[in-house]
Amino acid sequence: MSANEKMLDVQHVTVEFHIGGLVGGSLLVAVNDISFSLDSDRPEIFTLAGESGSGKTTLSRVLLGDLVPTRGKVLFEGRDVALIRKRSEFKEFIKRVQPVFQNPFDTFNPLRRVDAYLFDTAMNFRMASNRSEAARVVDEALRNVGLSLDEVSRRYPHELSGGQIQRVSVARALISKPKLILADEPVSMVDASLRMEIVNLFRKLRDEQKVSVIYITHDLATAYYISDRIGIMLRGYIVESGPVEDVLVRPLHPYTQLLKESVPEPAPKERESWAKHIDLGTTEVKEYGRVGCKFAGRCPRVMDICRKVDPPDVQVGRQTVKCYLYKDSASAEVS
Amino acid sequence: MALLTVNGLCAYYRTEVYGISRTVRAVDGVSFELYPNEIYGVAGESSCGKTTLIKVISGNTKPPLKAISGSVDYNFGDYKVDMLQVSQEELRRNIRWKEISYVMQGSMSVLNPVRKIIKTFEDIIDTHERIRDKKKFLEEAQTHVNRLGLPTEVLNAYPHQLSGGMRQRVAIALATVFHPSLISADEPTTALDVVVQRGVLQMVKDIQSESHNTVLLVTHDMAVHANVADRVMIMYAGRIMEEAPTERIFNAPLHPYTQHLIRSLPMIGERSNKASLRGTPPNLANPPGGCRFHPRCPFVMDVCRTEIPELVLVRERHRVACHLVKEGSQ
Repeated sequence: MSANEKMLDVQHVTVEFHIGGLVGGSLLVAVNDISFSLDSDRPEIFTLAGESGSGKTTLSRVLLGDLVPTRGKVLFEGRDVALIRKRSEFKEFIKRVQPVFQNPFDTFNPLRRVDAYLFDTAMNFRMASNRSEAARVVDEALRNVGLSLDEVSRRYPHELSGGQIQRVSVARALISKPKLILADEPVSMVDASLRMEIVNLFRKLRDEQKVSVIYITHDLATAYYISDRIGIMLRGYIVESGPVEDVLVRPLHPYTQLLKESVPEPAPKERESWAKHIDLGTTEVKEYGRVGCKFAGRCPRVMDICRKVDPPDVQVGRQTVKCYLYKDSASAEVS
Repeated sequence: MALLTVNGLCAYYRTEVYGISRTVRAVDGVSFELYPNEIYGVAGESSCGKTTLIKVISGNTKPPLKAISGSVDYNFGDYKVDMLQVSQEELRRNIRWKEISYVMQGSMSVLNPVRKIIKTFEDIIDTHERIRDKKKFLEEAQTHVNRLGLPTEVLNAYPHQLSGGMRQRVAIALATVFHPSLISADEPTTALDVVVQRGVLQMVKDIQSESHNTVLLVTHDMAVHANVADRVMIMYAGRIMEEAPTERIFNAPLHPYTQHLIRSLPMIGERSNKASLRGTPPNLANPPGGCRFHPRCPFVMDVCRTEIPELVLVRERHRVACHLVKEGSQ
C-alpha cells in the first residue's frame, strides 16, 4: 500500500429518484455529483452536515453499498462498492466498514438480550471460533467504549440507558475491527448529559484504534467539537467543505453562514443577532427542482447567473466552496 | 399577580397489573409561578417529568396519571380556575384554546391530514364560538395568518403539502386564534432543522411580545433557552433543581447539575474537552433517596443521601435545591 492510498474514494456520486406515476412524474436528485476521499494512513473524523432532506442518509446508503448510485462510483480500498455481488465479498467489505445508527433502541430487538447480538457479530465475522473466545472479543470491544461484558451480559435493551445502549451499538461495530465507521446521527436520540460521552468515544477511537469515522449529523456544535474535516450538504450538493476550523469559524458560502448563524449559542449574550428575522421557504420540494444554485431562492447575495447555471467548485484557501461569489477571487484571501 | 401558581404538585403514574402496583413519580413536589408577559423555559433530560408537568397544568390528566397532592391555580384576571377540580365541560368550553393552548412536537398530529388547513381552523373556532358569518370567519382567519407572517395560501393547502417548519407555524397560528393567556409549547422545534427552528422560535417571540401573554417553553435544548426564555427552570428526576433568570442560569449556575449541563454544551469555536456526567438518570419508579441527583453529583456529601434539599431562595428570583447552597447566600 502506498503512503497516500485512499481508503475511501467517492467519485462524482449522483443518485436520482423517480417520483410520481409511470408516465409523468419527476426526477429528484437526492445526491448530486459528490466527491471526497479519506486517506488510509491518516485516521480522521469527516462530518457530513446538513438539514433534513439534504441527502445525508442517501449518501450513507451509497457508501454502505446498500444503494447503487445512478452515476459515479464509490471505491473502498480500490474496489467499487456497487460491484460487490458475492455474499462472501460483501461480508469482507462490511467487516471493514461498519455502521452505527441513529436510534439505538431500534438497532436492537427489545425481546432479545443485547449480548446475543455481540456474540452473533463475533461469530458471523469469524472473529472467534468458539464461545469463550467470542466472550473475550466481545469484552475487548465493550472495554473500548467504557463498558464490560459483565455489565451488559443478560441485559435487555430497556435495562440500559440511552447512552449505554448507544455505546453498545458502537461496541458491536468495533467487533470486526473496522477501518471505517459510518455513524448516521448517532447522538440525536441520546440525552444531553450523556451525549458527550458518545462524541468523545469517536475521538478516542480515531486516536487510539486508528479508526476513521464518517459522522453524519445536523448538529454543527458537536461536529465542530469532534471532526477534522466537514462537508456542508444542501439539497444533494456539498456546497462547502474543508477543515472544520475554517468552514465553521469563517464560513464562505451564504448557506453555511446562515446555518452557522442559526445555531443557537448556549449563552444568552447572542440573543439579539439570533433574533434577526430570516426568510423561510414555504415548501421544500421547490428547492430540489430549482435550476442553478439550490440556495438562490433564499440567498441574500443572489445574482442572475445563480438562477441559471450550477455554480462551480471554487478553492479558497483550504476551503472548497460552490458559489459564484468566489469565482474571480479563487485562491485569493477573502476577508 | 401570578397567572399560574403551582404549589407542592405531585403527579404520579399508578399502574396495577396482575396485582403488582407500580408508581412512577414523574412530578414530585414542584412549586413555581408564572407571570403575565414572560417566556418561561423548562429544561431537563428525557423522562425528567417535563411533559407530565405540562399535562397536569393544562388539564390533560388521564389515568394512569393522577395529581396526588398540591394545587394548580390559574388567575385569568376576573376568572379564577382550580385546574385539579375543574370539570371537563368547563375546560373544553371556556379554558382550552381560549385561555390556555398547547403546541406539541409533532404538528402533523394536530392537523387533520385529509382536511385543508382552513377546515381545521373552522373546526376549532366553531367548537368554541359558533361561526355565523362564513365570509367574516374567512377574512379573520386570513388576517390572523398574515399577521403571523404566513402566506394566505397555507389555508388552502393540505398538511402534507407544507414543510415541517411551516406546519409547526400553522400549529402555533391555531394555538393563538383566541389570544390565550398561556401558550404551552412542548419541544415545539425538536424535530426541525436549525434554520427552521430559528424561524419558528422567532415567531413565538413575536407573538409573545405583541400580545404580552405567557409562554411556557419546554425543551431539553439549553441553547434554545439561552436565546428565547426570560426565566429557566431546571428539572431533574421530577423535581426542580434550580430556577433563575436566563442570564443567571447561564452565567452563575449554583446547582451542580445545572453547572454540568451548561459546561458540557459544545460550542462552535471552542474545543476544550467536554465530559459527560457519570451514571445515568434515575428510574422514577424507584428514585434514589435524599437529593435525587446525589448518585451522579461530583460534590456529594452524607446529608445528600438522606435528606431532600429544599428549594430555597438564594437571591431575588433565583431558587436552588442543593445542600451546598444556603438560603439568601448570594
